[in-house]
Amino acid sequence: MNTNKVIQVKELTKVFGDFTAVNAITFDVEKGEIFGFLGANGAGKTTAMKMLIGISNPTSGKATVAGFDVFTNAEDIKKNIGYMSQKFALYDDLTVKENITFFGGIYGLSRKRIKEKAAILIKELGLENVANKLVGSLPLGWKQKLSFSVSLIHDPKIVFLDEPTGGVDPITRRQFWELIYKASHQGITVFVTTHYMDEAEYCDRVSIMVNGKIEALDTPKKLKEQFKVDTMNDVFLKLARG
Amino acid sequence: MKRFIGFIKKEFYHIFRDRRSLFILFGMPIAQILLFGFAITNEINNVDIAILDHSKDATTKEIINKMASSKYFSIHQFIEKESDIEAVFKKGKVKAVLNFEKGFSENLIKENYANIQVITDATDPNTANTISNYVNAILQNYLKEQNKSSVQVYQIVPQTHMVYNPELKSVYMFVPGVMTIILMLVSAMMTSISITREKELGTMEILLVSPLKPIQVIVGKVFPYIFLSIINAIVIIVLSIFIFKMPVQGSLFLLGMESVLFIITALALGILISTISATQQTAMMISLMGLMLPVILLSGFIFPITSMPLPLQIISNIIPAKWFIIIIKGIMLKGVGLQYVWKETLILLGMAVFFIGLSVKKYKIRLE
Amino acid sequence: MSIKIANISKSYKKVNALKNISFEVKSGELFGLIGPDGAGKTTLFRILTTLLIANEGVASVAGFDVITDYKSIRKNVGYMPGKFSLYQDLTVEENLDFFATIFGTTIEENYDLIKDIYIQIEPFKNRRAGKLSGGMKQKLALCCALIHKPKVLFLDEPTTGVDPVSRKEFWEMLKRLQQKGITILVSTPYMDEAALCDRIALIQGGKILEIDTPAAIVKHYLKPIYNVSANNMYQLVNSLKAYEYNHSVYPFGEFVHYTDRRSDFNPAELKVYLESKKLSNITIEKTVATIEDTFMELAK
Repeated sequence: MNTNKVIQVKELTKVFGDFTAVNAITFDVEKGEIFGFLGANGAGKTTAMKMLIGISNPTSGKATVAGFDVFTNAEDIKKNIGYMSQKFALYDDLTVKENITFFGGIYGLSRKRIKEKAAILIKELGLENVANKLVGSLPLGWKQKLSFSVSLIHDPKIVFLDEPTGGVDPITRRQFWELIYKASHQGITVFVTTHYMDEAEYCDRVSIMVNGKIEALDTPKKLKEQFKVDTMNDVFLKLARG
Repeated sequence: MKRFIGFIKKEFYHIFRDRRSLFILFGMPIAQILLFGFAITNEINNVDIAILDHSKDATTKEIINKMASSKYFSIHQFIEKESDIEAVFKKGKVKAVLNFEKGFSENLIKENYANIQVITDATDPNTANTISNYVNAILQNYLKEQNKSSVQVYQIVPQTHMVYNPELKSVYMFVPGVMTIILMLVSAMMTSISITREKELGTMEILLVSPLKPIQVIVGKVFPYIFLSIINAIVIIVLSIFIFKMPVQGSLFLLGMESVLFIITALALGILISTISATQQTAMMISLMGLMLPVILLSGFIFPITSMPLPLQIISNIIPAKWFIIIIKGIMLKGVGLQYVWKETLILLGMAVFFIGLSVKKYKIRLE
Repeated sequence: MSIKIANISKSYKKVNALKNISFEVKSGELFGLIGPDGAGKTTLFRILTTLLIANEGVASVAGFDVITDYKSIRKNVGYMPGKFSLYQDLTVEENLDFFATIFGTTIEENYDLIKDIYIQIEPFKNRRAGKLSGGMKQKLALCCALIHKPKVLFLDEPTTGVDPVSRKEFWEMLKRLQQKGITILVSTPYMDEAALCDRIALIQGGKILEIDTPAAIVKHYLKPIYNVSANNMYQLVNSLKAYEYNHSVYPFGEFVHYTDRRSDFNPAELKVYLESKKLSNITIEKTVATIEDTFMELAK
């Protein structure tokens, strides 16, 4: 097994009744890679991601995440990944510090470690003045950055991001991507699911799912060349419209 | 008018497509009335008692037989000494112990006086009270029979006569209460939820930005529930007449009209709740805490208002349910006409007008 | 003028949602309000659709004042709120029929207007709205907003949460509606949709940053922008940010958009600097500004 491949997926399939949500997808993600997992609503990307993060059992196929098998070691996977979705991020009625302490706690960090982590995190994000303020009172962009940092609090090998930057202003969004670059630089693999094609442009490689299958997988640059278009949005349109 | 009919049609779609609200609308009334009618009762039946008989003579045997043959009590066991009493209670099955003193017959004949100690398990005070009353009644009966033969001087025997509910059937008391609760629940809670649901969905924004007048929206929202509540009221009355043999002494028409009046009051309250809550959840909480609890606790349905502390008695006056219960009890049990309940009706009418006025005034033509 | 907004301000308890907003939308125009979440777009829509009252300023829609003549506005505008506000438990047809009825019309009467949108969802007309995909909900919501033939159409983030194919189809529909003489005010957080509007207003933090045609707005960006790329994105961004002459450094997909403070900027010089930072595969190419570049420059 290649230790550089932190996610290995082979012929992974999920069937609900007579509906095949995920149809024998195969791909690898390397350590430190920013991998975009794209598809329209209902294309099967959420189902596929649920299998990878160990909360849904595949019907057939093989997959290992962070070296653990999704069939047999789902609990180990959960300990080694971070997860951030746009819908659920942080508790609005807890302060910045309380949120950090809480999430550190559920990943079993020692009190000392949480304190260290909290101090680093607050400093890095420039949140010193609002550390004791309720998260609900912070601007959306700050919340998202904090939420991302919190998802890394237990030093996971892989972090899964679900539509991380939708609706954020362009500057904050770039700050967010800088955080992702940094994580990737430190060797954390970043797995981004999204249907916003401009988020795809920032990824090292992207896969595009259509009707349960991966129809394209390459760097954004090569995909754009292949389809002879200027943006990932157009790549997607060409693929989805057949 | 076409707009209005279209609106009402839509409301009925909502109601009939949501199993939960259908259940609350129709399952709940039936379940509640059966539950209150059968399970929850103030009467006692076959209560287990224990006997500690120190004399074991003819009289005590006769009394014990009387107890055992009444449908209220069954003799669970005989015990031999005082120290057993506590043990018997602790087991929990026995609710009362009758303790006959030594030489019971002798005392009764010689001294004209004998003692029975009635010990009841007062963890449930209401039942304990009822038990001791029933024991007394049986003893009085027994004495009366005995005294027929011998000559007895100077004895006052109160002749109690219960009117309107001679058998003291608790269902007579619960039906008006349950009917009140259900009408309140269906009307107020369901209306407030159905309005706040539109707020949550965002469809309220579209309704506001349409030529519909606020009054059309309000009436359109409540109309289906007036209709359904009336059906509910009919179901409850029919159930209580045919299953619990509850009489309706007064005019059914008057009963119907009073019910409609109460329904309208409750609907107005529902609208009022929806104007102050933004989500279905809040609307439900306010309906349950703000309406249901007072209806159950302060309307006189379960706890008599006259035995409440004065402040609560005063508060109970602002609860529409209190007046409605007085009215329907009057009509159903006493058979009185409007001439006897006009005051309560007027109060209810005043409340209805007040709440409708308030809710129309509070209903916003804008979002804030 | 179809929509006139003059000095509108609105504040909630603590937040200033809108600060002195003024602009006009011409009759028959497709006007875009472009800005991130929380910029004040929805608040402005609600003021124009008579759902909220501004603290200051005046506004009119289709010639009617939003406060004194709110009833006339409600008869003449179509409004599609942020989340497709449909009755989830009613079918496609029932939803449309309901909205037609409350506006005192019928589906048949204005079928022409919605025809080419409705035929796409007609095969599902007996399906409950709650079971539709995002794209289909969006189309149904648009039909419902159009059913009474409004003069002005307000669409609040109609493309949020919808896949690219549906987004593209949606904009094509808007173009056709515009040809039928309907004035459209549409809001979106997606900068790439701005180019599809006749004119746009960039909005952030309750303030209008700029109003013009998309082409003109891009021209307002005077500095030359360079696409820079290298083997390591993280180090590239850090190195550029540490470069003493940088004016702005923004990751932009596979590149970094870089502008220099000097007027006589020489890309070769930057390349030497980046090489000194141990970066390789360096490319530096001039590129054209996008709406997003302008937005960031203005919001800076």
